[in-house]
Amino acid sequence: MGIHRGHKARPAEWLAEKFIFLVSLSAILMVLLIFLFVAREALPVLFGETNTALVQKPIPPDEVDKHSAAELEAYLEITPDQLARMSKETLRSLMDVKVEAQNDIPEEFRNDPDARINTTEWQYLLKAHQWSGYDKPEHIWQPVGQVKKFNIIPLFVGTLKVTLIGLFFAVPLAVGAAIYVSQLARPRTREILKPVIEMLSGIPSVVVGFFALLVMATVLQSIFHYQTRLNAFVAGIALGFAVIPVIFSIAEDALTSVPRAYTQGALALGASRWQTAWQIVLPAALPGVFAAAVLGFGRAIGETMIVLMVCSASVMSWSIFDSARSITTTIAAEMAEAVSGGPHYRILFLLGALLFAATFLSNMAGDFVIHRFKQKLEGKK
Amino acid sequence: MNTLTPSEYLPEKSADTTRFTRNFRAEKFDFWSFFFSGLTGAATWLIVAILATILLNIGINGWSAISWHFVSTIPKKDFFDANTTGVLPMIVGTSIRVIVMTIFVIPVGVITAIYLTEYAANTSLLTRIIRAAVNNLAGVPSIVFGLFGLGFFINFVGKNLDKILHNTDAVWGQPALVWASLTLAVMTLPVVIVATEESLKAIPAGLREASLALGATKLQTILRVVLPQALPGILTGGILAVSRAAGEVAPILFTGVAYYMASLPSHLSDQFMDLGYHVFVLSTQSPNIEQTRPILYATVLVLLILTFALNLVAVLIRSNIRKKMRSMH
Repeated sequence: MGIHRGHKARPAEWLAEKFIFLVSLSAILMVLLIFLFVAREALPVLFGETNTALVQKPIPPDEVDKHSAAELEAYLEITPDQLARMSKETLRSLMDVKVEAQNDIPEEFRNDPDARINTTEWQYLLKAHQWSGYDKPEHIWQPVGQVKKFNIIPLFVGTLKVTLIGLFFAVPLAVGAAIYVSQLARPRTREILKPVIEMLSGIPSVVVGFFALLVMATVLQSIFHYQTRLNAFVAGIALGFAVIPVIFSIAEDALTSVPRAYTQGALALGASRWQTAWQIVLPAALPGVFAAAVLGFGRAIGETMIVLMVCSASVMSWSIFDSARSITTTIAAEMAEAVSGGPHYRILFLLGALLFAATFLSNMAGDFVIHRFKQKLEGKK
Repeated sequence: MNTLTPSEYLPEKSADTTRFTRNFRAEKFDFWSFFFSGLTGAATWLIVAILATILLNIGINGWSAISWHFVSTIPKKDFFDANTTGVLPMIVGTSIRVIVMTIFVIPVGVITAIYLTEYAANTSLLTRIIRAAVNNLAGVPSIVFGLFGLGFFINFVGKNLDKILHNTDAVWGQPALVWASLTLAVMTLPVVIVATEESLKAIPAGLREASLALGATKLQTILRVVLPQALPGILTGGILAVSRAAGEVAPILFTGVAYYMASLPSHLSDQFMDLGYHVFVLSTQSPNIEQTRPILYATVLVLLILTFALNLVAVLIRSNIRKKMRSMH
């Protein structure tokens, strides 16, 4: 909708227009900055520069010069910046403290093989490991205690579990409602129903979480009679509430944009309204409906407060009536207690970066499908 | 051979096809059609019922617990006590963080929307990248915005600011009101851009052309003709952004919210208490959930009134604009 320049631009106007252009790049800048700064805090984990091993081979303070700066930084758990500012004496006394700390480790830990493990290595982040005190190799997320266990698989399972329950609940309801509102309802009903359903997105997620925690959990337990009151099932249903308006408005939009001639043709040939909606309109709008589900998925895996309030114990289990801990919940609950710059802090940022990548991809895929769908419809008109 | 002339097979006057399809009902009764129509209708009304249940439950329980004393009191350290507690600092904290956010996000969002509708060529690669970025920004999980605020605003901008200003204690390099507001501004940028763009597109091209024909430059046209017309739309964008940001908790968890503060925030580098976070604290950390229940409901009601009422206003303005737009085309 550009307008053509009526006059030769004046210098001030030229400057203002350049300014407008530069400001408009801010959205791109922000996406880049988010990626850069979330990933930056997680980089040391990717490059194996963090070390959580409790028992390390001490470096005698006299041998400072024999080791590279990078080795010293990892050993003393300091940043390059701190190392550069440190005088020789402080460095030496810090090394002494480290050696003393190593000597102070109680005997029982010294003999524990787990205490020699750097738990931030990839194999411990992803694969099951035989921890001492456990019967079999297990995936464990346990960032507190002497040996910190950072296996991220239970968090992935928890996220997927809650998200899938939410989608199983939300997709049929939202798509059904979209079909009804766009194809079957009378125009006047439609005018009322559409904004009412979209109002659901105006409820803050912390309020949905509160409602699930106080009201829904009790009601659902009395219906289904399961053991733990707060579990992945309750969280999933509550998550569904948050996702329904997203899926509904995109799916409704896709169904409405199917050309009216399709509907008229089918009705004229004697199909009922439902047959028209199901066999003509829905297949034509299928890419858009699919994109709605994908974008709903992106919204669901990123939702924090609902899952944080309703269930948070990290258990590795696929049962829907067990608790689950999602990635978002873990970040929200543990960031406050993680030492800034420490391994736990870095791994939480790593989780954030993975989450960002996942939603980035699902958003791109959803937008791409919708874009193609709209173009196809416009071409056919 | 019988051939029909157009005048024979065309109806005398063209039928109102819209009305025809809307009121058309198949003559033959089909059980499955009836069944599935009922099913989708039930899905629709179930969603409406869920919404109504949430709102009524909170409305009824909250209304009986809310009082003037409750919304105008600064609570003591133990804010779980139903008789002495209040939510004044939370209302103030949420309002201030949202107002500061608006100051940052509205200009950037409006200018971006102006570029996209008035200047950018719709097919150019750069425009497509900007649009993709806006779409993506809208889909980033709120907790990732929180991490970004911590990693960028506090650990990078704040810490370096402290270094430049030679502060011995951390003043800017810690969670603060301004960082929470900036984080929320980044989060709500797409909301403002999309709403403003929509209202700019609704303005007829003739208005711009008339202004240009009278000798105004392009920038003058935008500033004096286009923008005043688009004002309701920009307002809607601002309100939607405020309503979205006021209810968000995840992005401010690490960037500025405080569990308890004895006084109201007075400086941009202060921390603040927040309504949404307070709902979270009251419902998960209460020593006795039965006793906190009334104040919890009252707090949720205050939060809902703040966010929901704003949302409703935005929806009304927006539907008004859409009606106007339809009548123009």
